[in-house]
Amino acid sequence: MNDSLAHSILLVSLIKVLVLLFLVLTAVAYLVWFERKVAARIQGRWGPYRVGPHGLLQPLADGAKFLLKEDTTPAGADRFLYFTAPVITLTLAISAIAMIPFGPASVRILGVETPLVIANINVGLLAIFAMTSIGVYGVALAGWSSNSKYSLLGGLRSSAQMISYELSLTLSVVGILLLAGTFNLSELILRQDGFTWGYLPKWNLLSPTFPQVLGLFSYFVAAIAETNRAPFDLAEAESEIVAGYHTEYSSFKFAMFFMGEYASMITVACLASILFLGGWLSPFPHTPGMDWTLYIPAGVLAISGLALIINGVRYSTVFGRIELTVLGLVLLALSFLCSKPGIIDYVQGPFWFLTKVLLVLFVYVWVRWTLPRFRYDQLMRFGWKVLFPVALLNVVLTSLAVVMRR
Amino acid sequence: MTPQLEIFLILAAIAVAGAVSVILQREPIHSAISLITVMIALAGLFLLLESEFIAAVQIIVYAGAIMVLFVFVIMLLNAGAEERTNMSRMARYVGVPLAIFLLIELAYQVGAATSSMTAQPAADGATRGLSMLLFQDFVFPFELTSILILIAILGALVLAQRSEGAPAQRAQQ
Repeated sequence: MNDSLAHSILLVSLIKVLVLLFLVLTAVAYLVWFERKVAARIQGRWGPYRVGPHGLLQPLADGAKFLLKEDTTPAGADRFLYFTAPVITLTLAISAIAMIPFGPASVRILGVETPLVIANINVGLLAIFAMTSIGVYGVALAGWSSNSKYSLLGGLRSSAQMISYELSLTLSVVGILLLAGTFNLSELILRQDGFTWGYLPKWNLLSPTFPQVLGLFSYFVAAIAETNRAPFDLAEAESEIVAGYHTEYSSFKFAMFFMGEYASMITVACLASILFLGGWLSPFPHTPGMDWTLYIPAGVLAISGLALIINGVRYSTVFGRIELTVLGLVLLALSFLCSKPGIIDYVQGPFWFLTKVLLVLFVYVWVRWTLPRFRYDQLMRFGWKVLFPVALLNVVLTSLAVVMRR
Repeated sequence: MTPQLEIFLILAAIAVAGAVSVILQREPIHSAISLITVMIALAGLFLLLESEFIAAVQIIVYAGAIMVLFVFVIMLLNAGAEERTNMSRMARYVGVPLAIFLLIELAYQVGAATSSMTAQPAADGATRGLSMLLFQDFVFPFELTSILILIAILGALVLAQRSEGAPAQRAQQ
C-alpha cells in the first residue's frame, strides 16, 4: 500500500468518525426530546412546548443549562475516579456505535470507496459486548468515588445487576450466531436476506429454521437492564436512594452520564434491529411487481413534510410558523431528492435501518413509562430464574433446529 | 522499528506499569482498576496477534465479569486503605532472595528463547481454530474443567450456608 493511499484512508476514516459523532450527539439530544414527548403523551400531558415550536429547541436549552451550572466535587471524593467515571461511561457508549453498519451501499469520499460503517471488524458483535461490559465501571466507580452512601448503594446495585443480566444478554444472541455462523455485523445482516414463501422476510425473528422470539425477548429485557433503564433503573431509583450513582454529580459531568445512557440506548436499538429485524434489509421482496416499495422513503418524507407545513401555517407563534414551514419544505426537498433514480438505491438501506431503530427506541421509551420499577429481590429472581433459563432454552432449541435442518 | 513492535512495546509497558501499580496502590479499588488496565492491555496484545476473538473474550470475561465481581466485593465491604507494615523476618531473608532468583531465571529463559518460539498470528480471528480445539480435540478435559468449577461453586455455597446457622435445621425448613 503506498503512502498517499494510506493517508487518504486515514483522512476518510477521520471524516466518517466526525460525521458519525455529530449525528450521534444530535440523535442523543433529540432522543431525550422524543422520550419526553412520548412520556407526556402516555401521561396525557403536552411535554416540552415552550422552547421553539413543539419544544424542538429544548435540547439546545438543556445543553446550555448543563454547561452553565456550577461543577461541584463533594468533600472526600476520590478526585481522579470522580472525574474519570463519566468519561468512561460516555466514551464507551459512543464508541460502540462505530461498529454499527448503517447500510449496504458504499460511498465515495475523496476518491476512496468506503462502506457505511467505521469499524467493520470480524468480531463486531463481541466488540460491542466488550464495550458494554466495561461500561459498568462508569456507574460503579461514580458510586464509589462520590463518597456518599446513596451513590455507593447505586453503584453496588448496578454492578450486581450487570453481572446478573450480562449472562442473559450474551446467551440471547447465541441462537443467532448458531443460525448465521459469524460475528461480523454486516454478514449477520446479509444472512437474513430472502423471503419464506415469497413474502415473509427471513429475519432472525421470523427465521424459518427457528424463530428467535425467545431470543428477542431475553435480549431486549437484558439490554434494558444493562442500560440501567426503568423498570430496571435500581442504580438511580430516585424514590429510594435520591439519584443513585450520580447523586453528587452536577453540570456537565452529570450531562455526560445522561448522554451516555441515551447513546447506549441507541446502540442497543441498533443491535436489536441488526440481530433480529434484518438491519438495513427491506421488508418487501425485490420482485418486479414490488418496485413501488422503493418510493416508500420518499413518500414518508413527503407526507411528514406536508404535515409539518400544514401544522406550521396554523401554529400559534410567528417563529413557530416560520420554523415548521421551513422544516417541512426541507423534508419535501429531501423527498424529491430521494426519488431520483441515482439516489433511490442508496436511501433504501439507511431508511429501513433507521425505521427499525426508531421502532425499537419507541418500545424502549414505552416500556419505561408503563412498567413500575422492580424491587431488588424481584430483579435478581427475575434475572436468574426467568430470563436466564429462557435464554438457555432458546440456545438449546435453536441448536436442535439447526442440527435437524442439516 | 516496525509499527507492530512499537505498539507491542507501548502495550507491554502499560501492562507492566498496571501490574506494578496493582501492588503499590493502597486503596483496594485503585488496585482493581490497575488490574483492569492490565487486562485491557493484554487484550490489545492479543489483537496484535490477530486473535480478535480471544481479545474480545479477554475483555468480556476478565475485565467485564470477573473484575466487576472484585469491584463489587470491594464496594460491598467498603474496604479502606491498606496499612503498610515493615517486612516480616521471613519475607526479608527468604522471600526477597527467592523473588530475585525467579526474576533472574525468567530473564535468562526469555533471553535464551529462539525466534522460532515467537507466537504466530492466527488466521480468521482464530475463532474457528479455537472452537475446534475446545469442542473437538480437547472436549473431554474442557468439560471436566467446567465440572471442576461447578464443584467449587457448590462447595462455596455449602460453606456459606453453614456459617448462617446449623445446616440440619436449614435443610428441614
